Formats: sequence, structure tokens, C-alpha cells
Amino acid sequence: MTGKLDLDPVLVARARELARRAGRPVVELARSHTTVSVERAVLRLAGVTGADPDGIPWVNRLVDAVVADVGLGHGVAVPVFDALTREQITDVTLLAQKAAAGSVRFEVPSGKAATAARRAARRAVGAGVRRIDRRRAERERLVRRFGDPARRPWIYLIVATGDIYEDIPQAQAAARAGADVIAVIRSTGQSLLDYVPEGATREGFAGTYATQENFRLMRAALDSSSKELGRYVRLTNYASGLCMPEMATLAGLERLDMMLNDSMYGILFRDINPIRTFVDQRFSRQVHARAGIIINTGEDNYLTTADAVDEAHTVTVSQLLNEYFAHEAGLADWQLGLGHAFEINPDVPESLRLELAHALLARELFPDAPLKWMPPTKHMTGDVFRGNLLDGFFNLVGTMTGQGILLVGMMTEAVVTPWLSDRDIALQNVRYVLGAAGGLHEDFVPASGGFIQQRAHRVLGEAVELLERIGDQSLLTAIAEGTFGIMKRPADRGKGLDGVARHEADYYNPATEILEQSA
Amino acid sequence: MSERTERSEGREGMPSRHSMSEPTERSEGRAGRHGMSEKTVVRPYGDTTGDGMVQVSFTLPVPHDKRAEGAAVQLANKMGMDPAMLVHAKPIGDGFTFFVVYGRVNHLVDLAKVQVVERDFPLLSAKEVNAVVKRRLRRKLSVVGACIGTDAHTVGIDAILNVKGIAGEKGLEYYRELKVTNLGAQVSVPELVEAARRERADAVLVSQVVTQRDAHLHNTREMSAAFREAMPAGRRPLLIVGGPRFDESMAAELGVDRIFGRGTTPGEVASYLVHALLTDTNKRVK
Repeated sequence: MTGKLDLDPVLVARARELARRAGRPVVELARSHTTVSVERAVLRLAGVTGADPDGIPWVNRLVDAVVADVGLGHGVAVPVFDALTREQITDVTLLAQKAAAGSVRFEVPSGKAATAARRAARRAVGAGVRRIDRRRAERERLVRRFGDPARRPWIYLIVATGDIYEDIPQAQAAARAGADVIAVIRSTGQSLLDYVPEGATREGFAGTYATQENFRLMRAALDSSSKELGRYVRLTNYASGLCMPEMATLAGLERLDMMLNDSMYGILFRDINPIRTFVDQRFSRQVHARAGIIINTGEDNYLTTADAVDEAHTVTVSQLLNEYFAHEAGLADWQLGLGHAFEINPDVPESLRLELAHALLARELFPDAPLKWMPPTKHMTGDVFRGNLLDGFFNLVGTMTGQGILLVGMMTEAVVTPWLSDRDIALQNVRYVLGAAGGLHEDFVPASGGFIQQRAHRVLGEAVELLERIGDQSLLTAIAEGTFGIMKRPADRGKGLDGVARHEADYYNPATEILEQSA
Repeated sequence: MSERTERSEGREGMPSRHSMSEPTERSEGRAGRHGMSEKTVVRPYGDTTGDGMVQVSFTLPVPHDKRAEGAAVQLANKMGMDPAMLVHAKPIGDGFTFFVVYGRVNHLVDLAKVQVVERDFPLLSAKEVNAVVKRRLRRKLSVVGACIGTDAHTVGIDAILNVKGIAGEKGLEYYRELKVTNLGAQVSVPELVEAARRERADAVLVSQVVTQRDAHLHNTREMSAAFREAMPAGRRPLLIVGGPRFDESMAAELGVDRIFGRGTTPGEVASYLVHALLTDTNKRVK
């Protein structure tokens, strides 16, 4: 701990212990359930690719066929690889096609057949995991060759045209203009699709569909930009929504570098069933851990619905929970892009000092995490001139408190999707602030017992109180009762619940087995 | 008016333009003042009444050079800016240049001829919507939403209902005083009617994106007929459909209370709900 806030180490340890206590029952839940998306991710690792003529991926068709015959609770790996042996074929995609045509029956084998199916499944999935390992090694090699950005924070910029072939030149232009990380925003509503679309896509609603082919195309384009610019340009997408485990898997297979991946966002903001989310979360984080992907959590979202001063402690609580879930899934501190945001109403007196207190609190609580610093959105009104000033202060707080990843704020937030010129003005703003004050964090030491220290202590204190309340009633109850972001989300409601099953005694998931062995 | 101070401050920066603009400004200003009512003709205001000064910024897809700057001035001229002062030009990206231009526009605005399509209900903030519901209804206003028929495109209904909302504006779930039930995609009309009954819906929102063979029109008619059949007029929830291809003037023909087209925001829908159900003189909930 760097100690600029003089935080009480006993209280910090207590906060972590309470987060662990709140999170543990959820982990138990995740360990004893599976979902259709987890099983589809397993099949993707085992090599099932492509989609039927209607665009429904073969992994969906195959999982649906297995579920129809034997249910979900055994996992699909054993029934699938058992059927493969009985059908005497080796190609799992071919099996999916046959299953979709109704010509394959699935069974839960026992005895020798079960052992053989497990072994075959593990071999196939192991090959998929090794592909992810190779992509990780490749990233490490490229980072060594091209280098990391010369300074922190890394500059994170969004593109979102809906058309991957339009996104590519925009992303390359953004990289040339100084972006270190490119995020491709997904099409509105993709998080609620229970399948991953296939192929290169040219039409989206306010964003571009996340598909394996789009991932591949963009990563290849940024590889050539990295070479041109002499620094490794990172690529970000979203492991969220109903297909979170598959998104994580595809990201690993296509060497994406960061993924938005929050433990509670889908529950609170997309009304996805809490159990579905926590099961999918754990698997996706295990994949991210293996793939060397940095996750970005979504605490900034709480502040867009709740008041950024009154509810500041819910951000801290969520960060602590996200940290616990991440560590439990095998992620290292350097992979935790814990989120927070500059969302205090600028009309509140001393709003900048409050922002500094909150940002510094996150920095000191998670000294080894590359915190993700999110720009103002809620108080961006269309007054682009004021917005540009606000973004400047946001950038200043980011550098003064040593944030790791800075999402570039646009003065046209809430007006238009960023224009070329908006992006240029925004990057100019960042460059000016980092250039003029990039080392200010060295000199910035809040006065002992002063406003900033007091505020940080208060937020931490409130976070501990909230965690104590959650601890008494369990996290699922807290979510059901609307503790975070004011949304009430009971565990027996929400989208995707029908895709959740409790493990049967013989449940087998070779991917989880391999990923947990490595952790 | 603090016109004098503004003028003296303005002068320091740009002395030349005032003298240039003065003669024409006079005559046009007079035309305005001698009109039917006072000041129906106005021009933009920089720092002097009638100076017509505006500022614009834009990007041209050309690399930055002399010709690019000339092109920017030409565009400004065509926009009615004369004289146009190019105050900033900067290369951005590959083969693009960003410009800031200040100048005097020769257009006049006749306030008497301004036509605006007035929304027939006031646009309220989430806070105001909540306050009205709380005060007038003293319970939560129940909204049931769905995509009906075979339509699986929940983009529209989710943008309006989900907390996440659209374009930075939160959806109806965010409103404390609204109880939202989002049934999602491919809901049958009987299921929708049943859910509306169960949730004691004050309003039913239906989204239709797919328009093949006019499916959106057929589905809407089927839905409104089903509600008419299932519930007496006084007990029927407010029926609202939305989608990018609807003609907003077809509400009566389709048997619904309101149609919302492309670009509708959650705030507009919430404001309409409050208006139609609670504050309009013909309000539904008495």
C-alpha cells in the first residue's frame, strides 16, 4: 500500500474478509451448477465450429439435442463423446449436424464407456485449451517485440460503427492517434442473445456484433498497426450477457487482450438470472485467467443509476467482490481492471476533491490492479464545451491517482456516436493533461487528516458497513433486495434461468478440470 | 441589457468585422423592427445586435494544405457565412482536416414563420414522472412489455424498458414508481393479455421490428382486438406499439392508443404514460 490516505490496514483486511464471506456461497453455487453457455463453451474448446443455414451455431444445436435426450445436469462432454464413438465419427461438428437432423441419440454412459468418453472429451478440450495457451504465448512475444505503451494510464478508445470493415480503419486511425487499447462496442441487445452470431458482420445497432470472425479480423488489423507503430495495441470486447463463457473462450482463441467481465452487471442491468450469471462468470474468468486476458469490471454503471456521492461505497463493495471472485477463478492482480468512474455532479461543491478521494481510495485498496477509469457520462448534457472541460478534469484525476486504463471521454457523449473530430479533440485533451501533469501523482499527497483523506475513510467505512449487512443475509438476498444500482433481482427470476441446471453426481466438465488444475 | 459591456469586450478581439457588417445589419434590423409585431426577424448574436456572427466546426476528407483551407472557406460561404474567418485548421487522422470557422451569416430568421411540431404532452424527467405517479396514483404504475408474434428482435423493447436504456438515457425499469414486466421475445397475444391481467397493467408496450409481409401491422391489429375482446373499455390498459417502420399517425386504424417510431427515448414513453394515464383531461386512470 502506498499510504497516501493513511487507511487503517485492519479495516482494509476486514473489508476483504467480509467480501470473501459474502462471495463464498455464490462460488459454491457456481461450482454446483452448469449452464447451456458453459457447455457450449466446452464444445467450442473441443472444436465445434460454424452454424446452420439459419445462422444458429452448431454448438447450440448440439447442446439442445443433448439436453433434449439426457438433460443438462451431466454436462454435455460425456454424452457427446460417447455418441461420437458409437457413431464412429471423429468430427464433433459433423456430430452436431447429425444431431440437429435428429439422427443421433444421446445417452449417459456408465462403466468403461463413460471412462472412454471422459478421456476422449478431455483430449479434445485439452487441444482447445492449448490453442489458447499458444495465443497467450504469442501475445507475450508480440509485446516483447513491439513493446508496451511508454506510460500509464493506457489510453482506451471505443469504435462502434456496426460494420466490422468500417471499424477496422477507424480502429487503426485511433491507434495511430495514440490509442493503446481499442474496444469494439457490441450491437445493442447482443447480451440477451442466447447464441453467438457467426462470421464477419456489417450491420449492427449502435455497435458491431461480437463474432469469432470479427475478433479475428480486428486482431489481425491491430497486429499490423502494432508493427507500424512499434507498440502492441490491445483489443477489447465484452464477455457479458447470456453467452459470457463462449465470449471468453472465443476471446482466448483469437487473442483478445481485455474483456469487459463484471460479476453482477448482467444481473443488475440486463435482468439476467443471478445464478446463470454467477455460473457463467466463474467459467469465463477461469478462461480469462488462462488466456492472460485483463478483465474490466463494470462498477462505473452503478454511478450512472445511483448518486455518485451517496453511493460511492457500493463501488468499493463491488470492487472487493469482483476481486474476490476474480482471485477465486485464478486471475492475478495484474489482470484486474477494476472499474470506477468520474460521475459526481459537477455542480456539487468540491466535486473534484471528492473524485480524487474516491479514485485514490480504489488505487490504494488495489495497489497492483490496473484500475479502469471511466469518464463522465451522466452529467454530459450536450454542452460540448463544458463537456470538454469536464473530460479534462477527469483526465487530471486519472493521472494524479495513477489509474491504469483510461477510457477516453468524448465531449459529444449523449449527443452522437463519436465523430472523427470528437475523437481527435478527446485525444488532444488526454495528451495535454498527461503531458502537462503526467508526473503529478508523485507530488500529490493529500494533507493528513484533510478533506480527501476523511472522505476516503468515510467511503471505506460505509463499504465495510454494507458488506457486514450483506454478510448477514447473503449476496443473493442483497441483490434480490436492490442493494446495488437500485435494481431488485431475485434469484428465481430473470433471463436465461431455463439454461441453468444443478450438477448431477456424474457431472463432468473437462474444461473446468483442466483450468482448475492449472490454477 | 448589458449590451454595451459585451460590445466593448468583443471589439478588442475582432475590430474589423463590425465595420464590415454594419451597413447591411442596419437595413435588415430596421426591416425586422418595422414588421407586424416587434422583433419577429432576428439574426445570430455575436457581441452586437444584428452582427449575425456564428461559429461552426467540421471535418473535410482532405489532407491539410492551402487548398483544404480554401475548401473550408468555400463551404462556409455556401452555408451563408460571409465573410468567413478560418480560425483553426488541423490535420486529423489520415487525409482529414478539422476546421473551426467564425463568420457572419446573411440568413434571417422570421420568428413568425417558425413551425414546430409540438409534442402533445410535456416531456418530464424521471424524477418528475415518479413524483406524478406517486402523487396521483399512490401505487406503482404497472407496465407490461413484449415483442409479439415471431419477432425475436428485443432491441427496441429492451432499449425502452431495460435499466441500461439507450443513448445514455435509462429505461423504464429505472423509474422507481413504475413496475415493469418485460416478457421478452416471441410472446403470443393470449400470453400477453394474460400477463397484462396478472400484472394489472396500466399500459402494455409492444415492440415490432420485423415487417415482412406487414407482420407488424397484422400483429398489432391482432393484439388490440384481443385486448378489446378480453377487457371492457374502461379496464383495458393503454396500448402502445413501437418500431422503426410504423407510421405514427396510424394509431386509430390499428386500434392502439399510441405509436412510437424510430428514435423514441424511454423518457418520451414515460412522459406519455403519465400524460395519458394521469394528467391529461381525458386521462384513463380516474
